[in-house]
Amino acid sequence: MILTIAGNELRRMFYSPLAWAILAVVLFILALLFLVFIENFLTQVQPRFAGMDGAPGVTDSVVAPLLLWAGVLMLGIMPLITMRLFSEEKARGTLPLLLSSPVSMTQIVLGKYLGVLGFVAVMLGLIVLMPLSIAPATSLDWGKFASGLLGLVLLLASFAAAGLYLSTLSAQPAVAAVSSFGLLIFLVILYVSGSSPGSASELFVYLSHFGHFLSFLEGLFNSADLAYYLLFIATFLTLAVRRLDNERLQR
Amino acid sequence: MDNELLIQTEGLTRHYGPHVAVAGLELSLAKGEVLGLLGPNGAGKSSTMQMLTGNLAPSAGRILIDGIDLIDEPLKAKRLIGYLPEQPPVHRDLTVDEYLRFAARLHGLPAREVKTAVERAKTRCGLGDVGGRLIGNLSKGYQQRVGIAQAIVHAPMVVVLDEPTVGLDPIQIREIRALIRELGQEHGVILSTHILPEVQAVCDRVQIINRGRTVFADTLAGLADRHAAPVLMAGLAHAPAIDELRGIEGVSAVEPLPEGRFRITHAEEAGFAERLAALAAERGWGLCELTPERVTLEQIFTDLVYRERVEAAA
Repeated sequence: MILTIAGNELRRMFYSPLAWAILAVVLFILALLFLVFIENFLTQVQPRFAGMDGAPGVTDSVVAPLLLWAGVLMLGIMPLITMRLFSEEKARGTLPLLLSSPVSMTQIVLGKYLGVLGFVAVMLGLIVLMPLSIAPATSLDWGKFASGLLGLVLLLASFAAAGLYLSTLSAQPAVAAVSSFGLLIFLVILYVSGSSPGSASELFVYLSHFGHFLSFLEGLFNSADLAYYLLFIATFLTLAVRRLDNERLQR
Repeated sequence: MDNELLIQTEGLTRHYGPHVAVAGLELSLAKGEVLGLLGPNGAGKSSTMQMLTGNLAPSAGRILIDGIDLIDEPLKAKRLIGYLPEQPPVHRDLTVDEYLRFAARLHGLPAREVKTAVERAKTRCGLGDVGGRLIGNLSKGYQQRVGIAQAIVHAPMVVVLDEPTVGLDPIQIREIRALIRELGQEHGVILSTHILPEVQAVCDRVQIINRGRTVFADTLAGLADRHAAPVLMAGLAHAPAIDELRGIEGVSAVEPLPEGRFRITHAEEAGFAERLAALAAERGWGLCELTPERVTLEQIFTDLVYRERVEAAA
């Protein structure tokens, strides 16, 4: 049942021009950045560090920044993907179809969430092709690559969960998008302010989802980071289920 | 009609803050029956239907769908219901076929039965030749039909239709009504409307709701019977004791109404009204009104709703 909902969600996403526009824009920008990073590596990094032990390699100076930028871009893009999940259904009055079907609220939320993750997977699949395209010509650090990719998957999954919850709050997709964007940026600002030299705060860095992402990019797989993302996702999905259940009970 | 009850509610109540939308509503639906819910705007029809279909949790009361408690076992009970809300819940970016397939899967039909179920629903709702079109490009009438098709695609025992003919042209209305009658033969149907002739055209039973309560419930056959008994409405300025009225020859029942008005049921007799008028003049009852009552649904409806309003204002 969850898969039926997820499949329908994914299919409808690709029926709308929005999904294609998002894919096109994100890939275009990342491709440009990818070229810039390679150029930079060839002209700046490689000549300077050639022959040094432990010098930053291709993975550090091309792949990691690419994944970081993908994460940064998605701060703005993910709200556009998640805004339609529940807001649009509410605005168009299509939610009763799901609510009067023999599926639980948890199944509805998980189905929609998986649908978004499906879209994210398609996008990541295309993004990953870029670093892979240089793999035959150089030696990538596969461990670091995999860790960075996992980090990006978790980061985007956490964006999606937050966006999904916020889209249950409003019947207007634009409001849902703006509030998700606000929340995601807020978490980034927590990181920035927490790690600034004057007022460093361990707590802020810990709370921010970006802090955890960066250690993945450095190739550091820390189960605490993994747990952070899983808790983050579980919290927002639970909130979404609770919110929708409350709507039925609204007083 | 057998006595198998598809829907039964007990003391169904719903508050919105201090506002009571539905207050202790009793409702039942037997198999093979079309029940019309009638009421002015804001009477609680839609809230009732939302509760029957699990879209809204009742504040109090029980809902049994074919003996299964909707609140205890929502997934089992919801399988038996098809629901068309006021606004058809159609995804405009899907084609009719895709949408109905999704609805069928969502209602738990196994994959191999989906195709035939979709074809059947399409045929019944006259959607045969628009299967490949985007729902968003269809006219309102066709979207409404897609909404109905969605509600019946999994062959539910109960079909709940909230104002199914709103926004349709007269020919479409006739088609939809014919469809509803057909559905009523093998399923149970509850439909809400504020179009009175619609109830007379398609329903077996009518329940009028006002301010969250049932104010009238009868079968349409029973309504016709009321129609058969001759009834006079009499307004008397100096009304005698009610027994005196009951004593008049040919009177079978007298029902006192407010403001000195009486509802007098009498035997079939050509000159009864004339005789009553003469009697009233002779005994000085101060006759000021004497009208034969034609019991139509419209009259019942306006009487009940109007009376409630007056009482509410007082």
